[in-house]
Amino acid sequence: MRLTDEEEAMLAGKMGKARQWAIDHQIKVGRMFDAEDLVPVSQAHMMGDPEAVGEAGADFLEGMADDGARVAIPTITDPRGVDLSYYEPMGQTEEMATLERRIVGALERMGVMMTNTCINYQTIMPPVRGDHVAFGDTGVVIYANSACGARSNFEGGPSALAAGLTGRTPRYGLHLDEKRRATRRLRVSEQPRGLTDWGILGAVAGKTVGSYWEVPVIEGLEVTPTSDEMKHLGAAMASYGSTPLFHLAGITPEAPTLAAVGGDTLESELLDADAMGAMRSRFGGKGDKLDVVVFAAPQLSLVEMEQVSRLCDGQTLKVPLFACAAPQVYPDAQRMGFVDKIETAGGKVLVGTCFYNGFAREVGEANGWTRLLSNSAKIVNILGGYGYEPALASMEDCVSSAIAGEIV
Amino acid sequence: MKILKCHVGMGDKVEGEALVAKDNFSARYDLDRIKGVFSRPDHELAGQSYDGKILVMNTSKGGVASAWMLHEMKMRGVTPKAILFNTANTILAQGAALADLTMCDRFEEGDVTDLIQTGDRLEIDPAAGTVTIANRT
Repeated sequence: MRLTDEEEAMLAGKMGKARQWAIDHQIKVGRMFDAEDLVPVSQAHMMGDPEAVGEAGADFLEGMADDGARVAIPTITDPRGVDLSYYEPMGQTEEMATLERRIVGALERMGVMMTNTCINYQTIMPPVRGDHVAFGDTGVVIYANSACGARSNFEGGPSALAAGLTGRTPRYGLHLDEKRRATRRLRVSEQPRGLTDWGILGAVAGKTVGSYWEVPVIEGLEVTPTSDEMKHLGAAMASYGSTPLFHLAGITPEAPTLAAVGGDTLESELLDADAMGAMRSRFGGKGDKLDVVVFAAPQLSLVEMEQVSRLCDGQTLKVPLFACAAPQVYPDAQRMGFVDKIETAGGKVLVGTCFYNGFAREVGEANGWTRLLSNSAKIVNILGGYGYEPALASMEDCVSSAIAGEIV
Repeated sequence: MKILKCHVGMGDKVEGEALVAKDNFSARYDLDRIKGVFSRPDHELAGQSYDGKILVMNTSKGGVASAWMLHEMKMRGVTPKAILFNTANTILAQGAALADLTMCDRFEEGDVTDLIQTGDRLEIDPAAGTVTIANRT
């Protein structure tokens, strides 16, 4: 790989042990993916919840902080695993909270901003078209690439931290023009209506393409998604397909036309109503027992918080309901009375976590929760692997089911 | 011996015994990382130990969380010696870089899960991009 003088100095350890580790890590990864050089990035977003990081990762992060590691660019974080103001009622242990505190402490010493959000493109600083970034949450990466036209690979926690420390990332994958061209052309015949429909479209498209190196362009949409709908579309597509980028013909910035991303030369594949229906019917049936309702994955925007609060207003919930809010959204949601409406009805707003990344298996076992309802196609996909029987429904039906105590 | 050519990989040269499956690999969902066995019931290697073996599989799955997990496995000392894939995903490659685990992918001769059989004696040279099967001609 071609290195600048400054990068050579980092590699030689002249800019500290932490930067030396970071650039060495980036060269190893870059070599494997044929990167010719490193590209400067404007921000990094890092995933490091305690369940994923573990004791060994916490030791590693503390060691980096002890070595004087300091991030060189704005570096922010994905949701935490433990809401430190509300972990005992969730069935999370003191041991989990201790690990959480250690990781937070180490990251803060490095100058990482603990934003604890997976919707930073709505709440912190959305990247702009052509902006090279190093983002570390699949939902964040796909939104930044697709809706914003920014450029990022999926950067796991260590790689996002390395990017924060060096201010660069290896130039491979989606940092390159040629990897952003469409490779599959998908046509919808059904127009999505509401967050869950957009999530189902994302899930079907993701399952259809099913690889990090495929870029779907979707045509036939007569409606333009809102930011929240785009969020559910992308999060589900990334979750079901490992997909980091999609184009919507005539909608997303790099695809003003099908031809602009090379979609006109590809054979069109129909994502018909049956495919969408099959995705819906994979999940729970009416009248089924219900243990818990979760709104998360991704965290809720202020607009979604208002919608959930309106549905809960004046009601009494028979089963626990959780809404995971971004920490930037929470104060507004509180000031405007949304939190109060949800919690008076018997729900709970969690701050800075995202439910599935907070020891979800242990939490489910501690509380006896199996039957889980959500409007997020992504969380339904993930929690199936964590001992839950998750079902998918619209936000309205999720709240109605929480009121009825069974799936409506 | 037979020499297979692959893309330049990462980590040190290693030697070991192959454990092959025509299945995928998720550090998060497929393994009991304490015991060192494949734990997901419908995985082709369910119940088998991966500790000290060279895993040979189709591709790696999983979100950003799995980047931390190879490191955790390595620190605990219960880990495969190396992993060979037809195609590695970016996250697990990043995880291998953190863990200093040997990993190679993209074999010129075809599907690596056909080219290598369980029990084969392998020598991996990631910098050269070669895997030698010592017991075959």
